[in-house]
Amino acid sequence: MAVCIAVIAKENYPLYIRSTPTENELKFHYMVHTSLDVVDEKISAMAKALVDQRELYLDLLYPTEDYKVYGYVTNSKVKFVMVVDSSNTALRDNEIRSMFRKLHNSYTDVMCNPFYNPGDRIQSRWALLPVSASSPGGPYFLCPHPVQVGPAFCVLLPSLCRTCLAILVAKMQPFGK
Amino acid sequence: MSPTQWDLPVELCCRPMAFVTLTGLDVVYNAVHRAVWDAFCANRRADRVPISFKVLPGDHEYPKCRPKRTSYEWYIPKGILKTGWMNKHLNLVPALVVVFYELDWDEPQWKEKQSECATRVEIVRQSLQGRNTKVAVVLIQKKTPLPPGEDVIASERAAALCNACELSGKSLFVLPHTDHLVGYIIRLENAFYEHAQTYYYTEIRRVKSHKEFLNKTTHQLLFVRHQFKIAFFSELKQDTQNALKNYRTAYNLVHELRAHETNILEIKTMAGFINYKICRLCFQHNTPLDAIAQFRKHIDLCKKKIGSAELSFEHAAWMSKQFQAFGDLFDEAIKLGLTAIQTQNPGFYYQQAAYYAQERKQLAKSLCNHEASIMYPNPDPLETQTGVLDFYGQRSWRQGILSFDLSDPEKEKVGVLAIQLKERNVAHSEIIITLLSNAVAQFKKYKCPRMKSHLMVQMGEEYYYAKDYTKALKLLDYVMCDYRSEGWWTLLTSILTTALKCSYLMAQLKDYITYSLELLGRASTLKDDQKSRIEKNLINVLMNESPDPEPDCDIFAVKTAQKLWADRISLAGSNIFTIGVQDFVPFVQCKAKFHAPSFHVDVPVEFDIYLKADCPHPIRFSKLCVSFNNQEYNQFCVIEEASKANEVLENPTQGKMCLVPGKTRKLLFKFVAKTEDVGKKIEITSVDLALGNETGRCVVLNWQGGGGDAASSQEALQAARSFKRRPKLPDNEVHWDSIIIQASTMIISRVPNISVHLRHEPPALTNEMYCLVVTVQSHEKTQIRDVKLTAGLKPGQDANLTQKTHVTLHGTELCDESYPALLTDIPVGDLHPGEQLEKMLYVRCGTVGSRMFLVYVSYLINITAEEKEIVCKCHKDETVTIETVFPFDVAVKFVSTKFEHLERVYADIPFLLMTDLLSASPWALTVVSSELQLAPSMTTVDQLESQVDNVVLQTGESASECFCLRCPSLGNVEGGVATGHYIISWKRTSAMENIPVIRTVITLPHVIVENIPLHVNADLPSFGRVRESLPVKYHLQNKTDFVQDVEISVEPSDAFMFSGLKQIRLRILPGTEQEMLYNFYPLMAGYQQLPSLNINLLRFPNFTNQLLRRFIPTSIFVKLLGRLRQENCLNPGGGACSEWRLRHCTPAWATEQDSVSK
Repeated sequence: MAVCIAVIAKENYPLYIRSTPTENELKFHYMVHTSLDVVDEKISAMAKALVDQRELYLDLLYPTEDYKVYGYVTNSKVKFVMVVDSSNTALRDNEIRSMFRKLHNSYTDVMCNPFYNPGDRIQSRWALLPVSASSPGGPYFLCPHPVQVGPAFCVLLPSLCRTCLAILVAKMQPFGK
Repeated sequence: MSPTQWDLPVELCCRPMAFVTLTGLDVVYNAVHRAVWDAFCANRRADRVPISFKVLPGDHEYPKCRPKRTSYEWYIPKGILKTGWMNKHLNLVPALVVVFYELDWDEPQWKEKQSECATRVEIVRQSLQGRNTKVAVVLIQKKTPLPPGEDVIASERAAALCNACELSGKSLFVLPHTDHLVGYIIRLENAFYEHAQTYYYTEIRRVKSHKEFLNKTTHQLLFVRHQFKIAFFSELKQDTQNALKNYRTAYNLVHELRAHETNILEIKTMAGFINYKICRLCFQHNTPLDAIAQFRKHIDLCKKKIGSAELSFEHAAWMSKQFQAFGDLFDEAIKLGLTAIQTQNPGFYYQQAAYYAQERKQLAKSLCNHEASIMYPNPDPLETQTGVLDFYGQRSWRQGILSFDLSDPEKEKVGVLAIQLKERNVAHSEIIITLLSNAVAQFKKYKCPRMKSHLMVQMGEEYYYAKDYTKALKLLDYVMCDYRSEGWWTLLTSILTTALKCSYLMAQLKDYITYSLELLGRASTLKDDQKSRIEKNLINVLMNESPDPEPDCDIFAVKTAQKLWADRISLAGSNIFTIGVQDFVPFVQCKAKFHAPSFHVDVPVEFDIYLKADCPHPIRFSKLCVSFNNQEYNQFCVIEEASKANEVLENPTQGKMCLVPGKTRKLLFKFVAKTEDVGKKIEITSVDLALGNETGRCVVLNWQGGGGDAASSQEALQAARSFKRRPKLPDNEVHWDSIIIQASTMIISRVPNISVHLRHEPPALTNEMYCLVVTVQSHEKTQIRDVKLTAGLKPGQDANLTQKTHVTLHGTELCDESYPALLTDIPVGDLHPGEQLEKMLYVRCGTVGSRMFLVYVSYLINITAEEKEIVCKCHKDETVTIETVFPFDVAVKFVSTKFEHLERVYADIPFLLMTDLLSASPWALTVVSSELQLAPSMTTVDQLESQVDNVVLQTGESASECFCLRCPSLGNVEGGVATGHYIISWKRTSAMENIPVIRTVITLPHVIVENIPLHVNADLPSFGRVRESLPVKYHLQNKTDFVQDVEISVEPSDAFMFSGLKQIRLRILPGTEQEMLYNFYPLMAGYQQLPSLNINLLRFPNFTNQLLRRFIPTSIFVKLLGRLRQENCLNPGGGACSEWRLRHCTPAWATEQDSVSK
C-alpha cells in the first residue's frame, strides 16, 4: 500500500499529492520534492542513453529509514512518485510497476476530461482513485463528501459515496463510456 | 556524564598500531639519542611499518599483569569490555621493549659495560613481570661495523652479551651512529615489527586458550570480550582479514546476549563499537557495499532496542551517533578515493543522524520537563570513584551488577533523574544543525539541490527553535525562491510561516511585511482564518501599531518581541519601505495594459491598470503611481487619496482606492504624449502601489514593467493553454486571466488629412524631361502651415539610379549631372482648408528601368487634444514606380545604289546610308529634325538635308531617311572607316512648347572600304516596253593607275534583241572612262533579265562577273505596249528613234496623266 502518491508536472510543480497519514502531509511533500533530484538525474541519464524503447518505470529512487520512494515518468515528462512503507514487504517490484501503470491510466483518463486543463492542479481528491483502490493495501483515499449518519459524520469509500458516483457519472456522460 | 558520552572512544576510532617502547634514550640531553629518536618518529608515512613508538625510562612501571586464572568455574564477569582495555594495549603495554645502550665492540672496559647492560635488561624484565612482552637490545656504536664474520671480537662479545642478558641472538642489534642513520633505523623498525607481530600472535593464542574453560551460561559476556580481544589483537598485528572475521563473530555474539532493560545500553554500546570496527575495515578493504549492508543490519537489529522508556532519548542519541559515525567513515573513504553516487552518499547518513537528533530533542523535551524546583540529586549518582566507568555502557550507580532485578529502585530513580536533568542542558539544536550542515555539504556535492533545500529548511527551523532568528531567516530566505520557482506552494507556505514568526520575534519590519504580503497572496495555502489574522496584523503594522504575536511562539520570546515592537513604533523615520515584487508572490496582483499597440500623437494615450487582491478582507491603498521610460509622463499617472490614517479601516469597500478580494479593479489613465516622442516607444517601467500612508507606515509594492510577479508567468502560460470558457461577467468587469500585460506602446504621428495626387504619363522616355504633376489638397479643418514637399528618387535604391536620375522644378532647361536625384523640403507655403496646390516636377532619367519615386508632403497643424494645444507635424507620402523606356530604335544600314545590302563599300563608288527610326514610345513623338554629321572621311554625293523634319510618329511607326554618300579611297583601314553621327532632335508631341527638345546622338557604324580596279555603271531607263528600243549605255572607269586590257562580251538573251558590240577587247587608260552603247529591243513583257555583260580583266582575275553584277542592273521591267504605242502604231513610220527615247525617259505617271488628259 502506497503511503503517498504524487503527480508532478513537467515543470516540476505538483499536480496532485495525496498521502494517507494526513497529519504529516508536509513531510511527504518534502519527500516527494526531494525525490525529484533523483528523477531528474535518471531522466537525463536516460536521454543520454537514447534508448528507443523507453522504460517509463524509474525503479526505486531512494530508500529512507522508513519509506521507499519509487518513480515513474511518462513520455510527456509528467512524473509519478509513490512512497511506500519500508516495512511493507508484500510490495515487490511487479506490484509497484502495476500500480504505476494503473496510475498512468487514471492520469490519462483525467487528461481526457474536457473540463480539465492540462497543467492545472488536479483538484479532485479522487481523480486518481483507481490506483489506490486496487493497490494491495486496499483503498485509502476517502471521498471528500462526508455523509451524515445520525449525529456523526461518516466518511465513505468513494465507490460507495453517492455524490462521488453522481459526479463520476456526470463526468463520463460526454464520452458515452 | 561528559557531553561527549555518545562519542566513540578515541582508541576505537584510531588505526591500531603495534606499540613499542624505547628505553635508555636520553632525548633531552644527548644529541646522538635525539637524532636516533627523531629518525624514528619523523616522516612516518604509509610506507613505514605501522608502529607507534614511545620513549620511556628504563625503570618505567608497566601495568601490572593480573595473576593467571587457573579456573573460570567460579568467575562471573562484571561487564563486556573494560573501558581501559583498548587504551592499555595501544599505549601502555608494549609489544616490545627496546633497550638502547652505547657500547662499542672494542670497549676497553667491556666487562663492566656488559654487566651494566645486563642489569638494565633485567630491570626492564622486572617491570614487565608476567607479560609476554619481548625485550631487545640495541647497541649504539660509534664505529662502522665490519662485515659479519670478519670481526672475531665482535661475534665473541656479542655472544657473551646475549648470554649475560639472557637474550636470543635475534634480539641484539647494533646501530652504528654514522651517515646512514635513517637507513639503519628503517631496518631496525622492520625487525621490531616482526617481534611485535610475534608478540600479538602469542597474545591471540593466549586469549584463544581461555575459550575452552568458558561455559555458555555464566560466561556469555566473556565470549564477546574474548572475540573482541582477538579481533583487536589481529588488528594490532595488521591482520585485517582475520580481524574482520573475528569482529563479525563478536558482533553476532553480542546480539546473542540476553538483553534486558538494565544491560541494553551496554549491549548497544558494544554492538556499536564492533559495528564501527567492521564498517571501518570493510571500507579499508574497499568493499563499501559490505559496509553498508553491515550497517543496515546493525540498524535494523538495534532500532527496536530502545531500553528504558524514561531514557528513550538516550536511544535516539545513540542511533544518531551511529549514523553520524557511519557518515564520517563513508566520507573518509570517499576522501581516500571511493566514489559515491547520488542515491548513496554520506549525506543520507548525516540526514538520518539529524533526524534521530531531532527525535532525541523531542523525547528529551517531553521526558525532561521537570519543574525548576527539582534539584539535581546529591550525591551525584553519576559520579564514580575513578571518574570513569569500569565497563563500557554501564550505569554508574550499579556498575558490575549483572542481575536483571533492580536491587535498589530508589537509587535507580535518582540516577534516571540525574540523566534526565543532564539531558536538559544539552544543546540539541546545535547538534542537529551541525549534522544538517554536514548533510547539506554532501548533497551539494552529489547534485541533490532539492534535498539540500529541504535540509536547509530544517536547519532554518532548528535555528528558529534555538532562537537564533537571524540565521534562521537567512537560511529560510535563501531557499524560499527555490520552492517558489518550482511552484510547491504548500512547502513555501510552511517556510513562510516559520519565517514570519522569526521576523515577528525580531521585530524586523520589512521582512515581516514581505512575508505577510506573500502569505496573504495566492501562493499561500493557509486557511482563511489564518489569512485574516495575518491581514489584521499587517494593517496594524501599516498603522504603526504592533501586531499580535504569531501563534505557537515561545512565551518569553514573545515578550521580548513585544518590547522590540514597542521600540520600533516609538522610533521615528524610515517608515517607507519599497518592496520589489518580482521575486515573490504578493497578495496584490497588478497588470498594466495599453489600449492599443500604438497611439496617434493627437489622441490621448490610454491604459488600464488592473489590480486584484487575494487577501480575505478588502484593503485600501493610498497611492498608485506609474513610471515610464520618459519620466515626464509620470506626473499624469498618479492616483492619490488624501485619506486620514484611520480611514484605512473605515468604509473599506467603497471608493476606487479599495481592493475587494477576488474582484478585478480597473483604473484608467490618460495622458497626451509629447510631440517629441513621435516614433518612440513609451514603456511602463514600473508600477508602484502604496499601502498605508506616511503618517503611519507605508509599504510601496513595486512591479517592474507592466506588473507580474514570481508566479504570474506560469499562470499566464496556463491561461493561454486553457480551453475553458469563462462565464459571462457584467460589462465593466473582466476576467483576471484574460488580461494580457501590454507594457509598451508606440507614439505615431497624427494621421494626415490631405490628399496628394500625382499626375503623369508613364512610361518615361530616356533623357526626356518627364513631367510629374503633384497636387496637394488640404482637407483639414484649419489652416495648415509650413507645407513642405520632398520629391524625387526614393532613397535606398540602386546607387547607379541616383547617378542617372535628376529632378528639377524647372522644365524649361535640360538638367545635367549637377541636379540632385531627390529634392528635399521645397517650401510650398500655407494651405487653407480645402485649398489645392499644384506643383510640377521634371525628372530626367538617363537609363532605362523602373524607379521608385517618392513624394512626401509634410506640414504643421495646431490641434487641441484633451484641452491642450499641441502643434502636430503630419506628413503624407506617395510612392510611384515609373518605368523608363527608349523612345525609339534607330536602325542604320548601308546599301548599294541598287538597294542591295552592302557588307562593304567600294572606294569612290556612291552608296546609300539608310536610317530607320522606329518609335517605341506609347505616346506620339515629334521628330523635330534630324541631322547627319559625317566623319571627315566621308563625302556626300548630294545635299544632306533632313527628310523627316516635324514628323509625328505614333507607336510602332517608323521614319526612314536615305543619304547617298561616297567614300574616297583611303587605302586599307583596319576596322573600317568611321561614318559619323546621326542626330535626332525630338520631343513628346504632347509636351508643352517651352519644354526643350532632346537631341539624341546615334553613332553610325564603321564601314569597310575596298578598292576595285574597274567600275562599271549602266545608264538605262527605268523600264522598257515590248518591241520598243531600249538604249543602254555602260560606263567603264579604270580606277587603277594602269592601262587595263578589258574583254567585254554580251551574252544573248531570249527576251531581247540587241544591237551593239557583242564582243570586244579594248584598253582603258588610267583614270579614264570608256562608254559602251547598246540598243536593246525587248521581246517579252514582264520582269526580264537583261543580256548579261561579261567583263574580263586580264590583270585582275579577281574581278569577276559577280562583282560586276553589283554595279549594273541585271534585269529590267518591260511593259506591254501601251495605248500610246498603239496610237503611234496608227501612224506608221512617224517619228524618229531619238524622239522615242526622249518620251520614254519621262516618268511613267507623267505619261499616264498625259494620256488621260488626252
